[in-house]
Amino acid sequence: MKKLLAALVGTMALATAPVALSAEATKELKMAYDADPVTLDIHEQLSGGILQLSHMTFDPLVRWTKDLGFEARLAESWERVDDKTMRFKLREGVKFHSGNELTTKDVKFTYDRLKESQDFKAIFKPFSGINIIDDYTFELVTSEPFPLLLNTATYIFPMDSKFYSGETADGKKKDAILKHGNSFASDNLSGTGPYVVTSRQQGVRMEFERFADYWDEESPGNVKKIVMTPIKENNTRVSALLSGGVDFIAPVPPTDLDRIKRDKDSDLVTMSGTRIILFHMNQERVEAFKNPKVRQAVAYAINQEGIASKIMKGFATPAAQLSPAGYQGHNESLKPRYDVEKARQLMKEAGYEDGFTITMMAPNNRYVNDDKIAQAAAAMLARINIKVDLKTLPKAQYWPEYDDRSADMMLIGWHADTEDSANFYEFLTFCTDADSGAGQYNAGNYCNPEIDALVETANVETDLDKRAAMLQDVEKRLYDDAAFVPLHWQDLAWASKKNVKIEPILNVMNFPYLGDLVVE
Amino acid sequence: MLAFLVQRISQALLVMFVISVIAFAIQDGLGDPLQEMVGMSVSQEEREALREELGLNDSIVVQYLRFAGKAIQGDLGNSYFYGKPTLEVISEHLPATLELVIGASLIIMLLSVPIGVYAAIRPQALLAKFFMGVSTVGISIPVFLTAIVLIQIYSIGITVEWFPADTGWGQWLNGALSTEGGLPSYGRGDDLTHLFGTWYSGFFSESGLLHLILPCVSLASIMLPLFIRLIRAEMMEVLQSDYIRYARAKGLSAMRINFLHALKNTMLPVITVGGVQIGVMVAYTILTETVFQWPGVGLMFLEAITRSDIPLIVAYLMVVGLIFVVTNTLVDLVYGLVNPTVKLTGKKA
Repeated sequence: MKKLLAALVGTMALATAPVALSAEATKELKMAYDADPVTLDIHEQLSGGILQLSHMTFDPLVRWTKDLGFEARLAESWERVDDKTMRFKLREGVKFHSGNELTTKDVKFTYDRLKESQDFKAIFKPFSGINIIDDYTFELVTSEPFPLLLNTATYIFPMDSKFYSGETADGKKKDAILKHGNSFASDNLSGTGPYVVTSRQQGVRMEFERFADYWDEESPGNVKKIVMTPIKENNTRVSALLSGGVDFIAPVPPTDLDRIKRDKDSDLVTMSGTRIILFHMNQERVEAFKNPKVRQAVAYAINQEGIASKIMKGFATPAAQLSPAGYQGHNESLKPRYDVEKARQLMKEAGYEDGFTITMMAPNNRYVNDDKIAQAAAAMLARINIKVDLKTLPKAQYWPEYDDRSADMMLIGWHADTEDSANFYEFLTFCTDADSGAGQYNAGNYCNPEIDALVETANVETDLDKRAAMLQDVEKRLYDDAAFVPLHWQDLAWASKKNVKIEPILNVMNFPYLGDLVVE
Repeated sequence: MLAFLVQRISQALLVMFVISVIAFAIQDGLGDPLQEMVGMSVSQEEREALREELGLNDSIVVQYLRFAGKAIQGDLGNSYFYGKPTLEVISEHLPATLELVIGASLIIMLLSVPIGVYAAIRPQALLAKFFMGVSTVGISIPVFLTAIVLIQIYSIGITVEWFPADTGWGQWLNGALSTEGGLPSYGRGDDLTHLFGTWYSGFFSESGLLHLILPCVSLASIMLPLFIRLIRAEMMEVLQSDYIRYARAKGLSAMRINFLHALKNTMLPVITVGGVQIGVMVAYTILTETVFQWPGVGLMFLEAITRSDIPLIVAYLMVVGLIFVVTNTLVDLVYGLVNPTVKLTGKKA
């Protein structure tokens, strides 16, 4: 009966198709991003560009909604079987670009590949296995109770197992993940997503066409063809939009926000982002930083609001903690502290009234205005007699220095891959442990085992309210301890022509759901 | 002639060797290529394994010898970012740069000769003074500024409202000073013609030609004033020489004297300088290509630096070195053809 109905609906759709086609045939979107995906293999690198590509050409099991909730995609429904197991039901009748049909076999294939991928395996570490029940039912199993199961499921974009299995003509395995050099998967793609890659010239342009058999027929998206050009230079990207060369650009540089707002043919969309920018204070290099009073003094001396309004031109949200609003760990009560008098007094109490000299390093082409932020911070610290010897470096040279922790204060920006607070702590404030990788980017060498233990407990707490309370407690303790100097969350900005309705498809993770984009 | 070529080829090899050594020597300062290749949360172990696989743990000398061994067989290694042989990547990007340089050179040639000659023959004319004034200003404006101004005027367009719009003359002036814009501001356009191999050309379609205009004008703007001044100065000097006076005395027509006898000798030094300047122009393409997102080797090189794509950086430097050597050799040969009295080095007198 169901099949018959589907067939009926199908013929009706066919009958009306020509009309719909002629109306939509012209919808073409030209977009310019600051970078293009480095490869077509979505498991080769974990980066913004790759996730954007994943959402265009694949579909995840579940995806984030605007308010950081979850929305069913290829998984139709899910339920907890027990503390360590979640059962998913897969949508039926979903087709890959190759024409193959999606089953749990593909999910298993994808899961195994994710476990192999250098960039993704860290995210999937809590998973111990996958149980295939039938063609459309499977279970994800974790070794410990795992509260972030759905967060992680947003990274599972089922790949076409038939398409990616076997060997190429020259005897290379098709499912190989290669960081450098050509693999089959880095040049060929078959997903379930709204767009098929039709041509690609790396670094120059990429073309997509809407997938005729796309499963999501309720999606309002009406763009038939997308041409994507990477334009790295900020000015050029903005000019391309203003001159009508492209319809949609991202990111919009803070210096050009006004220019786009003034333009009557363009729309600007901004929102507070989730990438935190902060300074680490290295306790191993500087004796004074071992003293919480000195760290607090530094936190009091730095004017987050000032940096956000003057240097970032209002294009940043001042921060007093790691977790942005919407994250479980976000603690409403923590406000940026800025009080030079208080800072001086703390320095006096700690016995450093006459100050000391430190070194500082920051990148100069990684985050928005990163070098200017560092200069401002150095000037602010001078007011409490901390003399700063500042050095800024291009990111290619900065990261090796960062890994060596070679300055007393170092700037870093961080976005949690899991969209969860614990990720911040694990990488930025945990006691450094080379074996487990904990605290890998904790260039402050801050170490508080009590806090680490609390985060570990939260990580196996599946009652989300209890867990949120624990994480908020962590934020409070880090704040009181002045474990680092938070600066701001970088805001996000996109711009488009008036007839391109980008607002509904954008989100704080910065992967626009282009399949749902409506062009009038 | 043969001895000259042999000498030049051995010189070229020496230059290539020096370039490759320098490129290898600076690679430590270029940063860690792994940072671009892996996500932030990848563990140290994984990084170490990849580093070993790429041979980055070997000493620079070992890495250089490995590179040189392969280079002798024509293999300059694989680009980390593109995952393809570097020479293939460069040959894909080179046509775009060459077309940019050809376009700019055409503009320079077509404008600098008549303007330079005119300014030399009629140095006192108002128009000649205007050209010289403009070229002085032109020399001192950096290419990216020219490019941004061109984009604003001809791509985005400007609306001037300085004059009262309710009067006829005001409206006219506003209209005359405003521009529509509409010229493409980035890239090479959709409609490229495939010539051969990796060469897709923009010269054979309207869209391709339109996309060439602004980048070529920007690139030409650096060299044009220089050439106008050079041609003018040389021509003025030639016009003072004895054989021109003699030709005048003989009663030859001014046209014949100026364009046949004088111009020929004027062009000799201009060709030499031109040859050297083509090399300089290749360097300037980096700036122009960045502003216009022109998918040529200049932009490719700049991005390779930000990504620490060491094999690609080394290969680019070698290829550009080769282009310099070849153009300089060609210039010497052409010089010999235009003025047979010049002796090529190595040729018996």
